[in-house]
Amino acid sequence: MTTGGRNQRAPGSLRLVATLAVAGLISGVAIIGIYESTLPTITANKARELRAAVFEVLPGVSRMQALVYRDGGLVAVPEPGEDEAVVYGGYDERSAFVGYAMPGAGPGFQDTIALLYGYRPDERLVVGMEILESRETPGLGDKIYKDAEFVAEFGALSVEPEIVAVRKGTGTAPNEVDAITGATISANAVVRIINETHAAWAGRLPPPGGEPAFVEPGPEGGTGR
Amino acid sequence: MKKNASYEEFVKGIWRDNPVFAQVLGMCPMLAVTNSAVNAIAMGMATMFVLVGSSFLVSTFRRVIPKQVRISCFIIVIATFVTIADYTLLALVPRVHKELGAFIPLIVANCLILGRQEAFASRYPTKLAVMDALGMACGFLVALFSLGAVREILGDGALFGIRLFGESFEPWVIMILPPGGFLTLGLILLFFNWFTQKKNDFLADVAGSEGRGG
Repeated sequence: MTTGGRNQRAPGSLRLVATLAVAGLISGVAIIGIYESTLPTITANKARELRAAVFEVLPGVSRMQALVYRDGGLVAVPEPGEDEAVVYGGYDERSAFVGYAMPGAGPGFQDTIALLYGYRPDERLVVGMEILESRETPGLGDKIYKDAEFVAEFGALSVEPEIVAVRKGTGTAPNEVDAITGATISANAVVRIINETHAAWAGRLPPPGGEPAFVEPGPEGGTGR
Repeated sequence: MKKNASYEEFVKGIWRDNPVFAQVLGMCPMLAVTNSAVNAIAMGMATMFVLVGSSFLVSTFRRVIPKQVRISCFIIVIATFVTIADYTLLALVPRVHKELGAFIPLIVANCLILGRQEAFASRYPTKLAVMDALGMACGFLVALFSLGAVREILGDGALFGIRLFGESFEPWVIMILPPGGFLTLGLILLFFNWFTQKKNDFLADVAGSEGRGG
């Protein structure tokens, strides 16, 4: 059995440092290379996913733009900053405003649940909900997005005075959601996240009819991509 | 003889020295991401990429790397390959990447990989090291897949997302949950050891009767 260079004299410290430095350098170059080359695809994937989610939670929408709250009003921005709170405005083919897609996040049973819900301010209704990220228990908590019945509960849901999760089969009022048997915490978390997000934005959304108009994207692409 | 050597290095990892069933290495991803067959295969492929790449480099440069800093060098090599696998999966199959989550970066800490560098790749020529890595990775893939398939079939009534049973099938949710991983792995290890013991008994038997006969 050969043992490579194990039996030679002990190498000097300089040699050890040099070996590690070279290894680190090559590794660094390789990592930056792969990061740079995959970044465009990863960003495009994320944008496409978000776009699909916005269209999913706001029926009848075919255009969208990102909106942020600045100087006491909502403004359309093509590239929202990293730590700015964003909602997405959904517009139909004739660029008439339909509703907001509101991203929200909060603690679930295992980890943060991130979701997007569609909100129509004229009717004060939640019209759709999609879970973007969650690590809820497979088979139980993951029903918050796998159970079509539960997701459908958010199809026309009143936010007045607030959304309440009730025991399965007992929901009758327009603001009541049937919770999931065996996954009460996850279902409650979804409801709580929507309520909290709604409360956080309630004072910042303009009165119905006053929503920012759709800004046509420039020739370079831009809005909502 | 020369040809047989590399073939032997490849084959040993799949069954006799299977990293999971015989060496019981790499338990963390083994139990964590095998709740569906697709996840298991994605994890197996990512591990294979990292293991083969690292073994190739470590074996090629085994005479250049001083023994005092070998572990650090191995880790740098492994971590680089893991990062490449991480970004590649994120770009190509974001859905799978989302499911595997933290366990892709954790391949760095898979003792199977560092173990092969220390025990094999740093001592043997490149060709043998690559064959050994391929064999071990295939063995790991087989083990992950067998666990993932069993758990998905019983826990979800499906394989690769295709429903196998009718509507009346009640999924054993526990099989997808962590305890299901332990149960299934325990049973598979039991079977593997039982089989190995039977085989050894049989070989001893044959040898014994031949001894008496001759």
